[in-house]
Amino acid sequence: MTTARGPLPFDLLTPEDRPYFERFGNGLVVVLPAQRPGPGGWGRGGPPHGGAWIHLGEDGTARAFTGKVEVGQGTRTALSLIVAEELRMPLASVELTMGDTDLCPWDMGTFGSRSMPDAGEHLRLTGAAARAVLREIASRELGVPPAEVELSDGRATVIGSDRARSVPYGRLVHGMRRVETVPASTTPTPPPEWAKAGHPAVDPGAREVVTGARRYTSDLHPPGMLYGKVLFPPTYGAKLVRVDLSRAEALPGVTAVHDGNFVGVAAPDLPTARSAVKLIRAEWETPSQPSEAGIIEFLRSHPAEGEDFWDVIHHAVGDVTAAFASAPISLHETYTTAYIAHVPMETHAVLASWEGGRLTVAMGTQTPFRARDALADALSLPPSSVHVFVPPTGSGFGGKHAAELAVGAARLAKASGRPVRITYTRQEEFTQAYFRPLAVIEVRSAMQKDGTLTAWQFHVLNAGSAAARTPYEVPNQKIDNQPTDSPIAQASYRALAATANNFARESHVDELAARAGADPVEYRLRHLADDRLAAVLRAVAGRSGWVARPGPTAVRAVGTGRGIAVGLEKGGRVATFAEVEVHEDRRLEIRRIVTGFECGAIVHPTNLQSQVEGGTVMALGGALFEAIHFEGGRILNPKLSQYRVPRFHDVPPIEVVLLDRPDLPSQGGGESPLIAVAPALANAIYDATGERFRSLPLTPNGTLP
Amino acid sequence: MAALRVNGVEHSVALAPDRSLLYVLREELGLTGTKYGCGEGECGACKVLVDGVALRACMTSLGEATGRSVTTIEGLAEGAQLHPVQQAFLEAGAFQCGYCTPGMIIATVSLLHRTDRPSDDEIRSALDGNLCRCGGYLRILEAVRIAARRSAGGTGGDP
Repeated sequence: MTTARGPLPFDLLTPEDRPYFERFGNGLVVVLPAQRPGPGGWGRGGPPHGGAWIHLGEDGTARAFTGKVEVGQGTRTALSLIVAEELRMPLASVELTMGDTDLCPWDMGTFGSRSMPDAGEHLRLTGAAARAVLREIASRELGVPPAEVELSDGRATVIGSDRARSVPYGRLVHGMRRVETVPASTTPTPPPEWAKAGHPAVDPGAREVVTGARRYTSDLHPPGMLYGKVLFPPTYGAKLVRVDLSRAEALPGVTAVHDGNFVGVAAPDLPTARSAVKLIRAEWETPSQPSEAGIIEFLRSHPAEGEDFWDVIHHAVGDVTAAFASAPISLHETYTTAYIAHVPMETHAVLASWEGGRLTVAMGTQTPFRARDALADALSLPPSSVHVFVPPTGSGFGGKHAAELAVGAARLAKASGRPVRITYTRQEEFTQAYFRPLAVIEVRSAMQKDGTLTAWQFHVLNAGSAAARTPYEVPNQKIDNQPTDSPIAQASYRALAATANNFARESHVDELAARAGADPVEYRLRHLADDRLAAVLRAVAGRSGWVARPGPTAVRAVGTGRGIAVGLEKGGRVATFAEVEVHEDRRLEIRRIVTGFECGAIVHPTNLQSQVEGGTVMALGGALFEAIHFEGGRILNPKLSQYRVPRFHDVPPIEVVLLDRPDLPSQGGGESPLIAVAPALANAIYDATGERFRSLPLTPNGTLP
Repeated sequence: MAALRVNGVEHSVALAPDRSLLYVLREELGLTGTKYGCGEGECGACKVLVDGVALRACMTSLGEATGRSVTTIEGLAEGAQLHPVQQAFLEAGAFQCGYCTPGMIIATVSLLHRTDRPSDDEIRSALDGNLCRCGGYLRILEAVRIAARRSAGGTGGDP
């Protein structure tokens, strides 16, 4: 971009003070102001966030801006399709800028499957409002009433003139410097009328991917750049007591920095940076940390305050105590999940540079605005002096929320006066990242002799609150989520709590169905209160050729079995069917998976299919073999050779059934498709063998225990 | 001074022969299409062709590559014309974040050098050393099938 620079960042200026035209040239700008989240919503208590703006330029390009980021989940193309749809222009004429803190609206971060319901809806409204203004301009320009103007393919045409009386958008906004706010009356195009959105599309960035031309943060190398390396604490929670940098600083070209618990170096090349870190003498105070063996007792005895998705929740309906007292059949079981790692293919990477007192940071992050604000805080700068942008990122899965590495790189860049890039090694990625929490979920249930559920008590320890509620009709319920302390770092993960809670609930419901002598599909349908979820379950039962059975097919150690599970989370409805074979040597073979998913109106079917397939594969890892091992605050398996993730030979045939609901708002599809995989497998194993496994991973050493 | 031929161009590299080929390609020659993923040969993100065979650049030393012909992802296309395997990955939409894609494509080119009609089992075995954390394996499998049909002299259409 070669245009003059006005005051930045845009989000800190009122819409009328932003230098849109100085930056992007003449045109029409339409702004949807930031939104204040409603009570109970994500980011409540925080500043207004989201919103969008679109600049339609004289070259006919629509530049759209959202604070959400693309880290491989495919929303860039999906959101661009929405803009192209509303503006009636080719996808290739839309340029979407995501998560650039100088230009985009403030956003709390890309998590919780909010990109489609929030950014999607905001861009949709902004695009629709821009279209209305274009129509009005075109009507004047063409000298016909607005109703006689057709907008399509980037042009305004008098209806019936066969393009004889037609103007491209670029000419309509020629010489214009107009800023409009999206009016409350704006009506976007209903999904049943979509011509671009809702149809298969090719990612416009595909070519740079297959040619290796795409530059991720870890590929950036500006002139004069130094390589940064951090001396990390030896154990979780270790505090730096004393440090001596002199031997490191004696190496040629090396800058070393110590600030609080941060110790790092920057060097002209990576081998020198590695040597320099090894020369640092540091003394750490390492608090004693509980080890894996006693972890469940530790969590039970260390409740913690809740925040955000770690909410403490207490949900009670009816009277469970009375219901349990009078129930003819009751069940009480405990389910657990392991700490697991995100393992993004691209490890954390950050590039920091200073120019005239202003800091610019390129980083693979899911929370660029929070990173900007954290950088400003840590470095005592006004937020306007920090610019964070997000180059293409080699996936995140909830693992790229932290800003500490960026702060370290910024300190090294400041001290050395050069750009500094830090890229984690794979081992650092394992040891310095945070993990999906280990969860312990206790379920007590009661039913009548005919199987009707009467009481449901669901006590969640450390999973998080997502999907803790039950989609089944039960008159008496008590549902609690209790966050806890953790002996290793834990935080966000793709579908973290929902995966754990859904595993517990869907396993338990399967146990109830078996106890009631009922078919697992029929039993679920009998109790499901949500018609949309029931429709997904029926679709998957149909596709999989489900044969009704009252209890497990086989009660023997080997054989084939079929299981099914459902889930309702973040507005998405999912059902997964699994067929497995348990071999003589306790090896588990997955023969087939069918996943059905419904998330309202489908915007980008090609990508949604990819998300459901890929999410199913990712879920297989956590369900079958992924587990972080630890002792005394140390990670014991911080290598890919020691931490198994799904490979080609682990992937069974996966069929995806997408249910499109153009009559309903679009919800996210990146997380919820994962949550029924683990219980479907556990239920299939039960069907095959009569054995019930209540702990993830199901095959910790490659075979069933 | 090691003489290294990369994508048809001769380079003189003034580095110790035990330095990894991955380091040389990325940090010395600026060929960043070859990715770092694990540094222990477990993920395949760094695969390059050495004399036509896919090798993990993180496990290959500069000394081992010296005097041989190295092809990276940047060297596959002929000008604007994508290599048939690149074209197949593009058409199949066989990537999400795209980080593993160069390694997957290189492994596929190597496989199709060895055999032009691989079975699904052969494809899975050939690519088992390549990780895709986005879980895009089924699309990748489809891309390899498309590429295999074409390299076997088919029309590129469905069978």
